[in-house]
This record gives sequence, structure tokens and C-alpha cells, in this order.
Amino acid sequence: MVGPLDRKLLRDLWRMKGQALAIAVVMALGVTMQVMMSGLVSSLDETRRGYYERYRLADVIAPVTRAPEQVLHALAALEGVGAVEGRIGGAALIDLPDRDVPLQAQALSLPYDDAPALNAIRIEAGRLFERGRPDEVVVLDSFAAAHGLRPGDTLAATTNGARRSFRIVGLARSPEFLYSAAPGEMVPDDSRFGVLWLSPAAMAAAFDMDGAFSEALIGLGRGANEQLVLDAVDRVLEPYGGIGAYGREDMFSNRFVSEEIDGLRESARAVPPMFMAVAAFLLNIVIARMVQAEREEIGLLKAFGYRSAEIGVHYLKLVLAIALAGALLGCLAGVAAGRGMVQLYLAFFKFPFLVFRLEPAAFATGIGVSVLAATAGGAIVLRRIFALQPAEAMRPPAPADYASAGRWRGLTRWLDQPTRMVLRRFSRTPFRMAGAVLGITCGMALSVGMLTIHAGFSQAVALSFDVIDRSEASVTFTSAVSDKALHELARIPGVERVEGRRDVAVILRNGRQSHRGSITGLPAAPELNRALTPALAPIPMRSEGLVLSGALAAKLKLEVGQTLTVEVREGARPVLTLPVAAVADSVLGAPAYMAMDGLNRALGEPGRVSAAALRLDEARAPEIYAWLKGLPTVAGVSLKHEARDAFVTVMNQGAGWTRFIMSGMAFVITFGIIYNAARIALAERARDLASLRVIGFSRAEAAYVLLGELGLVTLLALPLGAVLGAGFAQVLAAAYSSELYTIPVVFLPTTFGSAALVVIAGAAISGLLVKRDVDRADLVAALKTRD
Amino acid sequence: MAELAYRAEALTRTYGEGASAVHALRGVDLQLPAGEIVVLLGPSGSGKSTLLNILGGLDRPSSGRAWFRDRELTAMTDRQLTRYRRDHLGFIFQFYNLMPSLTAEENVELVTEIARDPMPPHEALALVGLGARRGHFPSQLSGGEQQRVAIARAVAKQPDVLLCDEPTGALDSTTGREVLGVLQHLNQSLGTTVLIVTHAAATAAMADRVIRFADGAIRSEERNASKLRAEEIEW
Repeated sequence: MVGPLDRKLLRDLWRMKGQALAIAVVMALGVTMQVMMSGLVSSLDETRRGYYERYRLADVIAPVTRAPEQVLHALAALEGVGAVEGRIGGAALIDLPDRDVPLQAQALSLPYDDAPALNAIRIEAGRLFERGRPDEVVVLDSFAAAHGLRPGDTLAATTNGARRSFRIVGLARSPEFLYSAAPGEMVPDDSRFGVLWLSPAAMAAAFDMDGAFSEALIGLGRGANEQLVLDAVDRVLEPYGGIGAYGREDMFSNRFVSEEIDGLRESARAVPPMFMAVAAFLLNIVIARMVQAEREEIGLLKAFGYRSAEIGVHYLKLVLAIALAGALLGCLAGVAAGRGMVQLYLAFFKFPFLVFRLEPAAFATGIGVSVLAATAGGAIVLRRIFALQPAEAMRPPAPADYASAGRWRGLTRWLDQPTRMVLRRFSRTPFRMAGAVLGITCGMALSVGMLTIHAGFSQAVALSFDVIDRSEASVTFTSAVSDKALHELARIPGVERVEGRRDVAVILRNGRQSHRGSITGLPAAPELNRALTPALAPIPMRSEGLVLSGALAAKLKLEVGQTLTVEVREGARPVLTLPVAAVADSVLGAPAYMAMDGLNRALGEPGRVSAAALRLDEARAPEIYAWLKGLPTVAGVSLKHEARDAFVTVMNQGAGWTRFIMSGMAFVITFGIIYNAARIALAERARDLASLRVIGFSRAEAAYVLLGELGLVTLLALPLGAVLGAGFAQVLAAAYSSELYTIPVVFLPTTFGSAALVVIAGAAISGLLVKRDVDRADLVAALKTRD
Repeated sequence: MAELAYRAEALTRTYGEGASAVHALRGVDLQLPAGEIVVLLGPSGSGKSTLLNILGGLDRPSSGRAWFRDRELTAMTDRQLTRYRRDHLGFIFQFYNLMPSLTAEENVELVTEIARDPMPPHEALALVGLGARRGHFPSQLSGGEQQRVAIARAVAKQPDVLLCDEPTGALDSTTGREVLGVLQHLNQSLGTTVLIVTHAAATAAMADRVIRFADGAIRSEERNASKLRAEEIEW
């Protein structure tokens, strides 16, 4: 049997459905965000783990120059090694008729039975190559898709200097190549780097590796210590030209996927709590004011002899109904949105299947925070009302004592009565008004924060590709070649400027911190590819010190003047100790720079370059590319506009994509906050407004009192929100930045202007919606009864 | 002498402090026998509602003491006052104070839910002549009907005392007489003590005892020897 109090509860909920819905939706958005992001991250984590496991991704890859197959037994015997597979790998250049420049690729051997102990592939179309058919090739399907290649097509590729024609028999995916990028590039691009799987016989013939391997793949045994295995493997392979085994964290594809998932994890950790906090704060304020409006009914119930506890439970039920409805709605929406997002990310990460997982903690947090915020909001006010004598609570709230609130004497002479009403409410109920201002401040801050991040992403692209890198194309040589090659490039008609570069693979160490990457040697005063201070002034290159990017300095915990150890992983593999000469502002990756002369000297290889940046006459670009295609020393050409597009794609489809969703939610929450503030103001002033109408004020004049208040609250909230939003933007930028890219915080006047417009538009729409209610109010009823 | 329902000694009630203080009661002594209809008369602001609120346990005096039967109201805790209201009192207010979201019958149930020995809600409504309209919401009832719902709500718990604050204040004379008739009927049939606060002097005609208030103090107290029936009252 439903008691009268519960029936009252239901009808009250129905009566305040508009307001209740507005509150519930704001809360729901906060919870949605939490559930969606955490579900997304754990699903991607699980899916990646499942994919790696099913296709046996190696834990360690150890490249060598050439090692006989027997060595594999020695590796298998090492402690901590669970599985071993040897394969032949080498560089290839693919020549596609639709491309001006040749594309770089990696050629790999695979057993005929498609059952390697490690690094299996997943055939998506066609079949594997057959014995006795050395011209059959399986191609990475994302690369094939980017160029419209299908089984049955032919493909011209150069391996080890010999150009051959292959027939594509199958397309495959591999967890090893979820992402691939041309050597020396930070941003993956499916279209510009291919992977070819060839039969063992074909690979052995092409790279002269009969009975030998050039890459050992190693799976770790249970509980093995990766570092110990790496060291042991390096000792075994040293005599065969081993250049250092590396673990999964240094495998490009895994590193990229990990960075992206970590990026999502970071934003899942940092952003939803902010949304939740704002929603919870709003819930708290709104509930408090809603209960305040029930004061007379509470007094009446007390007069009847209801105990405070009984009344408290009644109102808590009301409050919890709204909070829980919001939280549950949020959970459901979060699951749905999470599922949708995971689907998108599946395509982005190229996972072949999905392991969908939800994070129970996110539900608990979402529901817990909602309940807590609502209960606290209700309880504080109930306590205050219970402290009143029922006679006082029941009396229509006696005219508030405005006498003590300051009359704004100096000011009011110039103001009409309605304006005085607006102003005096601020001086009379400063805390209530401060709450309203703070609520809208949060909305403004969310908008400023999200818009700043959008500007930051644009700035990242502009900074990387217009300011730091001012070339149009870059050329990678097959190996470090004499700098005479630069003259050869400069002679090509249409090439306006050539700037050499030396990229050297290194491990940078500072105590326990280490980074596997490269040092880029540049001319003393580079023109095309520069290191810049945060103020965008060029940093000259030094011979005796490194210029670290901000991201790298942070990762290695280094400051200018400190020294670090550099383990070179090429040539004679010297170990250098170098000071940090400067820290540069960087966006893309975590580069380290040095003067090219100094770097070459340290390596004992003077006058060598491994790549060159070109500035060219765009009109003659096709001829230039044709020319480059013919140069034997050129391993690859990358065009800046393509790299730029690839970067934009990564930023807009990867972890960065969530910023669009979050912005949408930020705007909805902002609107929700303002609308709630307006509704409550209406509830609190209904009697005043009706009285004004009774004594002859027009609808517009009466509405002015209400909308004036809303306008003033909004106006006060704008500058506060701008300041809070600036702080919020810092947190967001840190959350969105990863080792792949750094999102700068750029404050543009337009950002603040647009955010303010969002808030003002929200206020205007809320005002219109509320004004409709003012216009429709039944005057007599409003004067006699509450609300 | 009959058993006393209420006794008060030197009750004062002051709202606010200093220069802006309002002295609603300035020392009230009082003895009210049980089973009577008592009318407290006086202009607005004379302190009669304040006295009613204190006797009803809705407010506390600034000084002085008050008893319900032999229990001292002024010594009760909030919890005890709640208990007291719940067990012994029915309230009727000028503006009815019905819950707009509950029907007539549900408004009555609100009180019978927590009462010790209530009458069925529909009986209480029948008693005030509203049996047929029990499913209506307050907004669908006239002022007199709403006040009768409020009375039904007050009497449904079969209280010892009915405290009425301007029960006819918002009603026309015909409806007002009807409402007073209901109160008189309850007093006679159930023996309920009825305390009516009003500024309508005509109401005094139906009282056993009339107490006149002015400026927070009792000006006179008289027994009414020639009680009229409610419908005979000249408005």
C-alpha cells in the first residue's frame, strides 16, 4: 500500500518534472562521461591484450646482421625465454604507378604453414603464399586498402637493390603492425609504409640469408624479468651483429597504441571527474534550493506531528529519486556511448574483434557521487528548516529583512524599483547568489577549457608544420651517406634549398629514466627544421650539448645544465655523456637535437647525412619527385602535406577525438546549469512576480526582475569562469598530451569570446523558457499557494 | 470545576531584538477548561495567533510557562512536542494549507497515517459533508470545500483539542457559518475542546467562553450564557 506521503512524492515529482529532468540530465551527463570513458579504456585494454595473446605477439625483438639458425636454440635455452622464432626481415621500396615517390616497406619472412611460434598474422582476404612460388606476397591490409590493392594485383618492389615483380595473394593484419610509420617519422600513416610477408625461400634468396635469420622474436616465460632477458639475449647475439634487443614498449606499433590508450586513460581520469564535480555541485545547489522552497509544507507536516526523521526520509526520497534517475540514466547512456565509441576506436586501432568490458567502479562512483551530492544538498537545508519552530516554517516566509542588506543608497537614486529589487537580492542573499554565480562559472569554465583545447590542437598542427618544420618534403637516404648527396639534391631543377640532417638511433638515460629514440643532428643555424624556444625564437645547435624537447626533458626529468648518458645504437656504438644545452618547445614526438658536426665527430663519421629537408617550387614538384625516384641513395621521400594530414587524422581519430564529445557535453552541461539556475530563481520569486503583476506591472516588466537577476548572475560568472577555465585548460592539455604529441595551451581572445557567447546564449534561451512560465502564471493561484 | 485543557502563566513572546523587537505576548495568564468552545478575539497583531501557536506546540514563549492538562508544554523537548501534536491536536488554518499534490482523501490520510486512533478518512469527509468529493484535488475545490477538507483532516485523528486560526477568514458568510457549524457539531458530539482564533466578533456568539486580546495581553474574559447555534449567527 502506497502511503499518502509517497503519493505526494510521486505527484511532486510529476509537478516539478521539468526541473527534475534538467537536474537529472546534468547529473546523467557527468555519470555518462565517467562510465563511457572508463568502459572505453578497459575495453580497449582488454581487446588489445586479447589480440596480442591470440596472435602471439613477441615480447622481445632482437635484430642482428646475420645469425645462423642454430643460435635460436641458444636463445631458447636462456632463463625466462618461453618461445623463440627466427625470421628474415629487410627494407623494401614499393613502386606504385599512382605515386610520384617510392614507398618504404618492411619485408618479412613467414613459415609456409602460417603457424609461427610468435607474431602470427591474420589473413583477411585471399590466402598465404605457397611453396615454390617465391613471387607470391601477402600485404598488410591497411596499406593495401590505402592504395586499392587486392589479391591478384601485381606489385613492383625493390629489395636489397634488386627490383622484382610480385603477385599479391593475400591481405593480412598483424598485432605487430596496428600502426606503422615511415622511418624517422613520428606519426603513423597507413598509406606511406607497407609490410610485405614473403615465403622463407624468397626472403632467404633476396637477402642472402639461407639457413640464417636477421630477427629473433622472443616470448617471455611466466614471471620472467624482461630486462634480464634483454641483457642475456644481447650477450648471445653480440657476435652476430646484434644491435640491441628491445621489448614491447619500444615496438613502434605497440608504443603508439599504448600511448593512445594511455592518452584516453589520462583523459578518462582527468576530465570526467571535472564534469562530475560540476554536475554534483549543481545538484547540491539545486536540491538545496528546491528543499528550501518546500519549507511551508515541511512546517505543516511538523504541525501535524510528523517527526523530523519521517519528513527527512520523505524529502530524501524525493531528492534521491532525481539523483538516482540521473545516475542510472547516465550509466545506461554511458554504456551505450561507450559501446559506440569502442566501435569507432576498433576501426582506428584496427583491432579485428572486440572484448567489451565495463568498469564497475565507474558505476559505483557515478551513483555514489550523485547520491552523496544530492543527500548533502538536501540534508543541510532540512537541518536548517527543522531548527525552525513549525509555526515559523509554515508561515509564508516573512518578508526578508532587506533593511540590513544595504540600500545601495548612492546608487538607487538613479535606478528604478525593479532594478533595486534585483540588486537588493544580491546584497540580501549573497550566499545563494554566490552559489548561482559559481554554478554558471563552472559552466563557463568547462566551455573555456574545451575551446582552449580545440585551439591547442590547431596550434599543435600549425606549430609543427608551419613554424618548426618549414620544408615541403624530406628525403631519407638508404644509410648515412656523404654530404655530397646534398649537392646532388640541390642540383635538381626546382629545389630551392636543401638542408642535411643526421638521425642516429640512441638510448638516452638519466639515472632510472630512459628513452629509446634518436638524436637529430642539424646545421648550426637550421632554416628548414628548427628547434624553438616557447617564445618561438630559434635555438642555435651546439656541438657540445643536446637540445631536448620539452616532452623529453620532462620524461627524463632533466633541466638545462644537467648531463645525461647517450648510448648510440649504430656504428661503433659509443656511449657519450652530454649536457642539456637548451629545452625546446615541441609538439610532435619527443625529439633531441644536436649540431650535426658535433654528432658526426662523436660517432667518428664526419661529413655524413642520413636525410635532408627540401624547400621546392611547388609547381615543379612532380618532376622533382620523378627525379628523386631515380636516385639510388634515396630510401624514401615524405611530403609534408601528407605528414600533416596524417597528423591531423591521428589527432582527430585517436585519443584526441574524445574532445569533440566532451565539448558537446560541456555545452549541454553549461546550458543545464544556467537553465536550472533560472528555474530556481523563478520558483523562489513566483510570489513576488505575481504581486508585481497584480499591482499592474506588465509581463515584460515583471519578467525583468527575474531575467535581470539571471543576467547579472551570468555577467558576474563570465570573468570568473574565464579564470577558472584557464586552469581547467591546463589540466585538459596535460591529459591530452602524450609522448606522441604535446598539446599547447593557447589562450585566444576568440576562445573566451566564443565561450562567453555559449554561456550568454544559454542564459538567453533559459530566460526565454522561464519567461514563458512567468507569462502564463495564474496570478491569484500564485499569490495564494506556493509555486 | 471541570478538568483543565490548558493553563498558562505569564507567557511572553518577543520577536527580534533591541529597537526592532516586537512584543507579541506581554504576560498572559489563562485557564481553559476541557470540552468548551473558546473564541480568542482581537485585531490582527494582538497576539492571539501567537498564543495559539504556543499552545499548539508550534512555537515557544520567550518566558512564562504553559500546560496541557498536567503536562508542561514549555518544558517539552521538540520530540515531545511532536508527539503531543501527533496524539492530541488537530489544526485548522486560514489558508487551509492543504497539500496541493494530494486529493481530499489523501490529505486526510496524511494525518490518519500517523494518528493513534483515527476515524476512517471517508468518514471524516462525510462528517464535513464532502464524502462525494473525496477524489478531488484542492485546486478542484472551492474555498469552503478546501476548508472543510482541512477540518476533516484535523478531526479525523479524533483529537482532544482543535486549534483553529481564522478558520473562516477566507470564506464568505454562508460558507463560514457552515464551517463553524461543523466545529460546533464536533464539540457537541465528540466533546472536543475547540479553540478558535478570529477577529470576526460575530463568532463569539457560539462560544462557551470569549477571550478578548489587544496588544499582546488579555483585555477581558467572559462566559457566554446564551450560546447560539452556528447557523443563527448574525454575520
